[in-house]
Parts: sequence; C-alpha cells; structure tokens
Amino acid sequence: MSVTKDDVRRIARLARIAEPADRLDSLTNELNGILDWVEQLGEVDVTGVEPMTTPVQTPLPLRPDNITDGGKRDDILANAPKAEEGFFVVPKSVE
Amino acid sequence: MTEFTQLSLFDVLDGLEKKDFSAVDVAEATVKAAEAAQGALNCFTSIDGDKAKEMAQASDARRAKGEAGALEGVPIAIKDLFGVHGVETSASSNILKGFKPRYESTVTSKLWDAGAVFFGKTSMDEFAMGSSNETAATGPVVNPWRAQGSDEKLVPGGSSGGSAAALAAGISYGATGTDTGGSIRQPAAFTGLVGAKPTYGRCSRWGVVAFASSLDHPGPFGKTVKDTALLTQIMSGHDPKDSTSYPGEVPDMVSAVARGVKGLKIGIPKEYRVDGMPSAIDTLWEKGAQWLKEQGAEVVEISLPMTKYALPAYYIIAPAEASSNLARYDGMRFGQRVEGEDLIDTYEKTRGEGFGDEVQRRILIGTYVLSAGYYDAYYLKALKVRRKILEDFNAAFEGVDAILTPTTPSAAFGIGSKADADPIEMYLNDIFTVTANIAGIPAMSVPAGLDKNGLPLGLQVITKALDEETMFAVGGALEQAAGFTAKPEQWWA
Repeated sequence: MSVTKDDVRRIARLARIAEPADRLDSLTNELNGILDWVEQLGEVDVTGVEPMTTPVQTPLPLRPDNITDGGKRDDILANAPKAEEGFFVVPKSVE
Repeated sequence: MTEFTQLSLFDVLDGLEKKDFSAVDVAEATVKAAEAAQGALNCFTSIDGDKAKEMAQASDARRAKGEAGALEGVPIAIKDLFGVHGVETSASSNILKGFKPRYESTVTSKLWDAGAVFFGKTSMDEFAMGSSNETAATGPVVNPWRAQGSDEKLVPGGSSGGSAAALAAGISYGATGTDTGGSIRQPAAFTGLVGAKPTYGRCSRWGVVAFASSLDHPGPFGKTVKDTALLTQIMSGHDPKDSTSYPGEVPDMVSAVARGVKGLKIGIPKEYRVDGMPSAIDTLWEKGAQWLKEQGAEVVEISLPMTKYALPAYYIIAPAEASSNLARYDGMRFGQRVEGEDLIDTYEKTRGEGFGDEVQRRILIGTYVLSAGYYDAYYLKALKVRRKILEDFNAAFEGVDAILTPTTPSAAFGIGSKADADPIEMYLNDIFTVTANIAGIPAMSVPAGLDKNGLPLGLQVITKALDEETMFAVGGALEQAAGFTAKPEQWWA
C-alpha cells in the first residue's frame, strides 16, 4: 500500500492540520517510507492472537459515582486563548 | 566550599543532615549552575530561582523541626512534560506556549511531598517525539559530553534530553523524564547517567502531557543506581486519578540495589546483535555479562524472536495513540490559537502552525493507520504483534530473572548529522529500548564504559513486570563492576 499526494491532503484534512503545501512531496515520500517499513509486520503469523491495547493485566477499576471535584471555572478558563464573562470565546460554529 | 555539581543525591542528603550546607545553599548553587550553563547547553525551558529559594527555605524549616522527607532539600529538574502548578508547561511545543497548568502532576506532587525542591523545567523533543532533542520548539539541547579532541556539538539523546544534559552537567541531583520508546534510557546512555523506566502503571501519568498513553512511562534519571532507585520509589504508587495506575505496594527498591546477583539467571538475547553495531558496544555487552558472572550470576543465551517487529509495531501504535491524544490541541480551551476564516480554518491553522514537522508527521501517520479501510491492516495487526512481543518476554522470564542488552546501537551523534536522513534512521535509535515499552516491563540503562572517542555507552537491564527490585539489583551489580566515574570535561560555563 502506498499513499499519494491526494491521500496526504485527505489525511491532513482528517487530522485538521492545514495542508502542508510546501512539504507535500517530501511528506508523501516520508510517509511511504514509513509505511513500506512497517509492511514487514505482514511476515508475522497472528492467527488467533488477541490484540493488546494496554500492558495492564487487570480490568479497569470501578469507583463510586460521586461528585468529588468542581467549582473550578476560573482555573479552567485561565489558559483559554479567549474568554469573556466566564465563557470560552470560539469562532462561530453554527449558522 | 562544596563543589555541588560533583555531588550525588545521597551526598546532598548526607550533607544536609550533617549541616555541612543548607537546602538554600544547594538551591542557590543549582540555580547559578543552571543559569551559567543555559547559554551553551540550552537544556532548560525555564529556570525559577525564586520558587527554588522559597521551596528550599521551607525545606530547611522542615528539617530543623525534624520533619525531613526522603528527598528533603534536594533540587530535582523536571521535564517540561510534567504539569507544575503555575509554571509554564509547554511540552517544548509552540502550541502550548504560555500554558500554565492550574494543577500539579501526581509524580511531581510526590517529589515535593518528599521535600524535593523545584528549580526549573527541562527541554525535550516536542511532545516527546524524537530521539535527539532536536525537535524542541526552543532549539536543540547540547550534550555536555564531546568526543575527545573535538568541539562538535553532540545530541544528548531524546526525548528527555534536557533532563539528561542538565544532570550530566552536574546541575541537579536527579531529574524526571518520560519514556515512551526509550526516551529516558537512550539519553541516559548518551550522557553517562542512570535512567529507569519502571513497570507501566507504577508511576502515575496523571498531569503528564500525553503522547501515547499505553506506552508512556514516567521515570527518573540519577547519577547513581541508588539515587535512581530512591527517585523511582518516591515517584511510584497508586493514583486513583490514573485508571491504569497499579494499586499494589511499592517495593523497597533502594535496598535492592546492594542485594547482589548471586544465583540469578541472566538472559542474553541473540536478536539484539544487529548489523552495523560498533564493536565497542558488542565488547561492552560481553564485558557486562562477564561482570555478572563474576558476581555469581549464571548467564545464558535466550531468544526473543519478535524483537525486530517491535519498532515497526511501535510506529503504528504510538502515532495512532498520539493522533488521538493530540486532537485536544484545537486552539479553543488552552494553548495557542491562530484565527482563521471559520472554525475549521482556525483548527487547521492553529495545528498547522503550532505543531512542528515531526509531530505533524506522526499525527498524519496515526490518522492514516486509524482511518477507514486501513485500521485492520495496520493498527489491529500491530496490536496483535504487540501481544506476540509480550509473549516472547513472558516465555523468556520463565527461564531467566533478568535480560541484559546494550541500551543503544551507537554513542551520541552530532547535532544535525541526521537532518537529511530519512525518519526511520532516527527511529532506529530506539531499537533496543522500545520492546520494554511495548510489553510495559521495567528496564533501566546503566553507564558502563566509554567508546574509542571517549563517549559514554550504556547497558540495559530488563526484568519482568513489577520486578523493579531485581532490575536495581542487577543495575547495582553492573555499576559496581563497571566503576564508571568518567565525567564530561567542563566547557559550557
């Protein structure tokens, strides 16, 4: 499998990264290099092997569903690029 | 006058206890050394003399009252990936420039609770993606070590390169790092330090900027194995705020250091002998095995047949997790925003300008391997290979107590020397370290010798999950036999 420049444009769009116009050729080459290299995993027989998503062997712990935190509006807004009147200010997203 | 830069962590604790100096004395000397070195080494993203002094004064007061903690009065350098309350935490990325968390990471909380003193944040590869500390938004970090007779600037390794460079230069007595594919052990090897990555879940990831959550391991750097064991012990422990945190007891890692290796069985995996590896590394590896044998261990050859697939699997899994984790940087709630024509344009401009080239490359790879039609072929396949790698280790640990390998396939290389190479050449730096992240098992690097150019080389000890004690016992035995006392010749301040 290999990617084309159009694929890279499409992936960038999916990743919400501005189209890297000046690096499109080099990125396409690099991505193909990496994808060619990982192809070697095809040599491994994984029939019947369970995918491993985490090294943790125990099931995720449960905790009581209690409110233990909160009242931190100002802390949460402290690093906002733009905030007013206790709200985040964001570009218009609904017409 | 005490030459503070020469002291180990335990030396500092000893001196404080004997009242040879105060925590304020140590903090002032440390800040002074950091400021003097910063121009040449560029290893800090921030130095905070005021906070250091304030914390050191409080520490002296605690010690005077007889309430000294296990790290009372010891300055510790903090990788810029750990959230420290009110201090810029940028992950060496432009997208987080100016971000001052209103929280404290669990690991740094544990250090401060034990009496440690904050004095600065250390540079790193952007979002911990790199093996040379050249992808930091604030520019490359310079290794205090130079080849004999050369003034070429070398990389300190990465991603925790700033922590490694600072400690190797004698600034600080311990440092935190994070290790996702080798980011503590490889820089430790490149700078003549000890670096440890405990079992996945030992050190909480809460409050640490995420790269690849199932592979990220916080851990420490130390000048000695014992220093490193103490730091690992303090940084470890259950944290309800991290659902993957291990709930069991933390073992006595410090006592394990002097336990010895008599009767232990050490495995030498034949698959770690790779083409093109410098002979000095091979020789050192054999020497390491000999040292352990002389101290009563039995050394046997073992096979880990899946080894060569660890790095390719990693370069699917880590970017996949990173593409998901880094989706949060959208310029809305924190970090930098670049205004665009509309919402989508703002996202794209923010991320296009805020992330550096290597981070973008990995987000794109991750997005691709998770996208419709490719998920099974790449991501799911890699997760299955991941289990096969773990099974390799599980089988090996049926027969041996620990595994000995080189830490890296080379010594430190020149800054910019891999700039024109394809990305895979840089990725190969982690060929020996990445397997322990894939499996989530403890691994450490111990400085063991110098190559023909006078640059440090490390040996790696790997043990089974939750057996940090054996890891530190073997590390301690290697340290004792190696007698590694070399220090970089001071040129930076």
